[in-house]
Amino acid sequence: MADPRDEPGPRPGVRLTRRGLFAGGAVAAAGAVAGTAMAMTRAPETVPAASPAAVPVLGAAVEPFHGVRQAGIATPAQAHAVFAAFDLRAGADRDGLARLMRLLTDDARRLTQGRAALADTEPELAALPARLTVTFGFGPGLFKAAGLPAPVEPLPAFSIDRLQERWNGGDLLAQICADDPLTVSHALRMIVKDARSFATVRWTQRGFRRAAHTQEPTHTQRNVMGQLDGTVNPVPGDADFERAVWSGDGTTLVLRRIHTDMETWDAADTVAKEFTIGRRLSDGAPLTGSREHDEPDFERLTPAGFPVISEYAHIRRARVEDPNLRILRRVYNYDDGLAQDGVPDTGLLFASYQADVARQFVPLQRRLAEADLLNEWTTPIGSAVFHIPPGCGPGGWIGEALLA
Amino acid sequence: MSSRHVFVTLAIAAVATVSACGARQTASPAAVVAPAAVASPSAAAPALTITDPWVKTTKEGMTAAFGTLVNNSAADIAVVSASTPLAPMVELHEVVEAKGKMVMQPKEGGFVIPAHGSHTLEPGGDHIMLMKVAEEVKPGAEIPFTLTLKDGGTFAFTALGKDFAGAKEDYQPGMDMGSDSDG
Repeated sequence: MADPRDEPGPRPGVRLTRRGLFAGGAVAAAGAVAGTAMAMTRAPETVPAASPAAVPVLGAAVEPFHGVRQAGIATPAQAHAVFAAFDLRAGADRDGLARLMRLLTDDARRLTQGRAALADTEPELAALPARLTVTFGFGPGLFKAAGLPAPVEPLPAFSIDRLQERWNGGDLLAQICADDPLTVSHALRMIVKDARSFATVRWTQRGFRRAAHTQEPTHTQRNVMGQLDGTVNPVPGDADFERAVWSGDGTTLVLRRIHTDMETWDAADTVAKEFTIGRRLSDGAPLTGSREHDEPDFERLTPAGFPVISEYAHIRRARVEDPNLRILRRVYNYDDGLAQDGVPDTGLLFASYQADVARQFVPLQRRLAEADLLNEWTTPIGSAVFHIPPGCGPGGWIGEALLA
Repeated sequence: MSSRHVFVTLAIAAVATVSACGARQTASPAAVVAPAAVASPSAAAPALTITDPWVKTTKEGMTAAFGTLVNNSAADIAVVSASTPLAPMVELHEVVEAKGKMVMQPKEGGFVIPAHGSHTLEPGGDHIMLMKVAEEVKPGAEIPFTLTLKDGGTFAFTALGKDFAGAKEDYQPGMDMGSDSDG
């Protein structure tokens, strides 16, 4: 807790100023209405009117849909996500895929901007987009159906994998993210209604991060294991991000469903947990540093001559020195209920974006599979790979360059 | 944060305007012979446009088309008939209550779009009814339509095929229309 960037209290200077402005405005307005009666009105009676305005309401916030690249990747991660994968029906061809993607693009274009979808039966639910993004990905099967060479393939098998077929693969992906879960639900409903003439649902995976505005958006978030997750992540806008994430205006998504064994993780003490990760749980600082973003010193030895950060610590095994070869993690938690004995079905939707799966993701996953103390508590149970095609303009649709 | 809030609200307004233009289809000047277009001070604004036109998908038989007709002129515009290569029989319908049931029937006088106003065609309300559809309307298909106006002018647009659960009003024929199943 020493690092002020970790879960700080409110920043009085900023927040009180805003609160003061809103409250002041409301009081002034109330005063204008009340007129001379204001002189006899005690101040506390004006407070209820001021309170609602003091809390920012951001359901109307929008993320752009049109652009050379799809939204939902460089976009600061929203609080809620659903990843939905579809299997194309037999007989799907290029013409059908083009019609499908025109429909889905039209839905995304409208809903992300706070407008009802065409033939939307719940148009009222579209009014608060809450930074909704809808991102489409194409799996190997879609390219096959279109008669095109596939730029992506399933990952090779890793020794740590315990994959369940129900979480694997998929021909088409819709990644739907927003700061409001009802908005996500409505968008998914529209997408599914327009997709199911062409495809069946293969799986849906719902995830969450901290609620919007719980923390400053620059914070590294904690995952369900309590770790700060994503400290070393490319930063949108800088040159390293460009090279690591984008290939032209497209990218790839590897979605790994990683089960976390909370029962045995609970049995580990803090020292063991920190030894496993190589960082302090309290503030995410490397065991050789004092702040989260301090560079880990992998050479430093204990007085007894052992590395302070273990040879098998997660951050050492996950370390990628070349920024061009790093991955963009946009990770969500899942928590899908409890067994009768209280054991949670929980873990991570590990969404990784990279220009090249074979150059970036596979070597990293291989290193972790060979040796990572964290493997004791984490198990990949699902795996899917998608090509994320470029974005589109007002007259275009996602996938047009491939399918038109 | 308060300034950000204002910014995003403005951004929505701007984007909605742009997107609405994208979805709107306008009659080519030659296609519309409405007197209002001549009388209009702005030659650039077509008299009649349609926003968000769509048609419910069907294998065959009956279905319906919807959208919002917008009259940009200073005079009422009456649509008296519609046609599409998809169906040999197309009618302008309304939905009314008959014997405690909502049924659809041909609308007398067609659809009248008031001056500087709009007229919404939607499930459960006025719609363009297609009968004896012989070719499948697939989701995502682009279906051409032509409306004929009271003054003899025409207005062409393209509607998007869309899967839709509703729009199953019973048909109350003004005459014998055969026994096609619901739309």
